[in-house]
Amino acid sequence: MNISRRQILILLPAAAVAWKSVLAGTPEASPNYRMSEHWWGLLIDISKCIGCGNCVRACQTENDVPDGHFRTWVERYHVSDENMTEPQVISPDGGREGFPPVAAGDEGKYFFVPKMCNHCADSPCTQVCPVGATFISPDGVVLVDQKYCLGCAYCVQACPYGCRYIHPQKEVADKCTLCYHRITRGLTTACCEACPTGARQLADLKNPKDPIHEFLRTHAVQVLKPQMATGAKVFYNDLDGSVR
Amino acid sequence: MSIFKDAGHLFRFAGLFVLAFVVFLVVRHFVVPKSFGEYGHYRGSAIGEIAALPVRFAGHPACESCHTDVLDTKKNGKHAQVNCEACHGALAKHADDPTSVTPPKLDTAGLCVRCHAASGAKPKAFPQVAAQEHSQGLACETCHQPHNPGMEAGGAK
Repeated sequence: MNISRRQILILLPAAAVAWKSVLAGTPEASPNYRMSEHWWGLLIDISKCIGCGNCVRACQTENDVPDGHFRTWVERYHVSDENMTEPQVISPDGGREGFPPVAAGDEGKYFFVPKMCNHCADSPCTQVCPVGATFISPDGVVLVDQKYCLGCAYCVQACPYGCRYIHPQKEVADKCTLCYHRITRGLTTACCEACPTGARQLADLKNPKDPIHEFLRTHAVQVLKPQMATGAKVFYNDLDGSVR
Repeated sequence: MSIFKDAGHLFRFAGLFVLAFVVFLVVRHFVVPKSFGEYGHYRGSAIGEIAALPVRFAGHPACESCHTDVLDTKKNGKHAQVNCEACHGALAKHADDPTSVTPPKLDTAGLCVRCHAASGAKPKAFPQVAAQEHSQGLACETCHQPHNPGMEAGGAK
């Protein structure tokens, strides 16, 4: 077969275009939502959290979370003046029904820290799964394939934030999905929807119009356990140094 | 003299290996889900299955489409940024079928203090009351309009 120089010049760009479509993979089933256009995270503003427990209850309603387990929970920190590095932390029933009153005139400072899966970009939990049942979706959400999960609980041990549990009835790993069934339909998560003070905000890091970018630029925002290099995508504003 | 003389047992053994490999490929074809490896080392269709779960909270845009009167009451008040379902609860069923599924009336005496009960742990700027001293057990809506609760803004009843 003889191919002229002219034919080569036509064929090469055509082959490049074809290879690019191969690399792009098949488009998703939902026509309105493209996984490649999103990279999800969440912003938690400690200075706005009042510890009402609305997020905990909303999450349990939305996701049928079994009693005694939490996909999100709220902790109350008490940093005393004498011992500022070892705060007292309480979370009665995950902060579901609020918190006991603070004794009048109690010294030190109090604040609430809502916790949930950090949807890490380099998540330790997905790396230890022996069967490929947990993974980071192309839009940055750490999910569990409950049909594939064996319930070995390696991931429960691997999560440095304690965000996973074994579902007592299904006997498979369960965790926050960042309300994947909601965000792919253009809604916000149940916890963000129910938060009365706007302390929680869903953030799409790939969307240049998302206010998260402006917020990250103008505020001193941290993630939990940055020394573990998990690439956590739940950003905390006004986070106290004593929070672990 | 052929170099393959006396090598028949090796060929038989190699044949067994090839057969085992073919059996492995056939079994693997039926055992591994079709979408495994679509996006990575997991079942790609699991993403769609999770995305298809039912929604319980309808979301604020769904409320806006009908309850414009409440939006008007809320928009200048202190509760302007509070989503409807933060107080009224998950109401996707009501949004799907507004006539036959109606949300229950809320008990303001119990509901408001969930957020507004005084506590030294809450941010200082957040409005808080010691409920018993403040209202002697009266329902909050006796004086406050829940959708626009501020007294100074004319939101009071």
